[in-house]
Amino acid sequence: MNPEPLKKSMREVLVETLHRRMLNNDRLFLLSDDLGTPALDKIRKDFSDKFINVGIAEQNMVNVAAGLALEGYVVYTYAIAPFLMRAYEQIRLNLCVSSQIRPVNVNLIGVGAGVSYDVAGVTHHCLEDVSIMKVLPNMMVFSPSDWKLVELFVDYSIEKKSPKYFRLDGKPVPSIYENINDVDFSKGFYELVSPTAGGGKVCLVTTGYPTHRALQVAKKLPGVGVVDVFMLKPLNEKLLFEALKKYDSVITIEEAFLNAGGLDNLILKILRANRSTIELNSLGFNDKYVFDSGGRDYLHALNGLDEGSIIKTVQKLLESSK
Amino acid sequence: MDNFHQKDQDLTKLLEEKARWVRKETFKIYKISPGIRLASSLSDVEILVALYYGGVLKFDPQNPYWEGRDRFIASKGHGSISLYPILADLGFFDLKELARISHEGSFLADIPDTRIPGYETINGSLGHGPGVACGIAIGLQKKKSDARVFVLTGDGELNEGSVWEAVMFAGHHKLNNLILIVDNNKTSMLSRSKDIIDLEPLEKKFSDFGWKVVRIDGHNAMNVYETLKNLKEDTSGYPKVLIADTIKGKGVSQLESDAMSHSRVLKVEEIIDAERQLQ
Repeated sequence: MNPEPLKKSMREVLVETLHRRMLNNDRLFLLSDDLGTPALDKIRKDFSDKFINVGIAEQNMVNVAAGLALEGYVVYTYAIAPFLMRAYEQIRLNLCVSSQIRPVNVNLIGVGAGVSYDVAGVTHHCLEDVSIMKVLPNMMVFSPSDWKLVELFVDYSIEKKSPKYFRLDGKPVPSIYENINDVDFSKGFYELVSPTAGGGKVCLVTTGYPTHRALQVAKKLPGVGVVDVFMLKPLNEKLLFEALKKYDSVITIEEAFLNAGGLDNLILKILRANRSTIELNSLGFNDKYVFDSGGRDYLHALNGLDEGSIIKTVQKLLESSK
Repeated sequence: MDNFHQKDQDLTKLLEEKARWVRKETFKIYKISPGIRLASSLSDVEILVALYYGGVLKFDPQNPYWEGRDRFIASKGHGSISLYPILADLGFFDLKELARISHEGSFLADIPDTRIPGYETINGSLGHGPGVACGIAIGLQKKKSDARVFVLTGDGELNEGSVWEAVMFAGHHKLNNLILIVDNNKTSMLSRSKDIIDLEPLEKKFSDFGWKVVRIDGHNAMNVYETLKNLKEDTSGYPKVLIADTIKGKGVSQLESDAMSHSRVLKVEEIIDAERQLQ
């Protein structure tokens, strides 16, 4: 692995890639609720007729997107992730319900996954989005851990005619994926660190930013595997179980509320469905909003998501399996 | 009498006859499935008749998604059951389907959805139509289509904030291919609209946001037709709104006089009386 992988902002990469696609595809629209990023200025300038700042009006942004999609356009909407929640019924009815009868390709870009907007505080934290988006039939939930996945997903999202939610980190993140062409979006996950021959003890199953922490832990504790679940819905549960059954235990790590229908519940369901005896531990946020001020590392430490806490959890499992 | 006036008289007669027929059919549907919103579906009859029989809308019953069609969104979806007989009569689906409303296997429910040929969107949860219509209007403009988007809302529906997000948006973007029709029956679910949120003077609300406003009696089918036709042909750079003053439950006196007609269940003797009134 490259010792110093390039750090990039997911949203910047996404919008840059969209700009490139817009050069050859006149079916693309980008809507924003008055949120910007430098690459977006380029779209505003070069494709002023395909960019609409709807104003600070998320409900209307989603509805306008739905209307454009019904006319056959591929639409991206751009907003701070938790602010999309106020358009939840618009998302439900005009994207998810509607797309079961007529094709609706609307891509909801939510910026600020988990506590990536750490010091902005509780209004900008986003710990419920995966749960509430995942519960909607016909909705795809994309939760990338690096910008290379985001770049690759753009072409897929143009082709795949369904509503999608993009859970993007608010901060620049280093790249993780080296063999990006091996990624299969219909599979939904990738084994970043595979077990040693004969099976591993512990697998860290992560989504989004915690994948970076998992990789750090795996570097320090050889034998620990890492599976990155970048598509929380839909994904190939059968293949995921095949990947997990090589381990004695699994730890899910997510920047989301625990036991609220997120990654933890997804893995639990897969293990139960396979009558697996693999032990499951889940790290995430307990059922309380985060009012603490401080950076992301600090908030993670308070909630048991920092490297030290993960290592302790892994070691406990390693001890008990001796 | 010259030809022109004769034609007008013929059309007036046709629209009035169709309106009478639609009310009767809507009432039949109500008897089969009393959960439909009858009163709300009686106030917009002349509006729907003008749109579909007057020749305001371009459509192809054999090809409901024909690209050249005008888009019609019944944003007050639950209050558009009177559109069912119209769509069937025009050949979007078989008239026999009307008797099967809300039966097992039927695509006609108490609240419409896009399984029904002729319905563009799913509504009846309120306040969605105007925003979706804005997106369609922009999409049509980008395709250089001369099709128009018509949206029908109720006046109670105007309490939804999302309506005004769309009204502001359409005014700013001067969506001249968008025509909103407010079925202003002045009655919401629990009371008269003015006792909930009084929006009068309603014209001013729209004109302040850059809309062209026309207000007429929504039960004069010929007038509704002529107004909608003019609004459709008006390509000045504004979205247009027709405020159609109507009566909720029009045609059935027990409903007309009841501020809570929306959810009123008619008694057997009231049903007999209503049928007589609708003859």
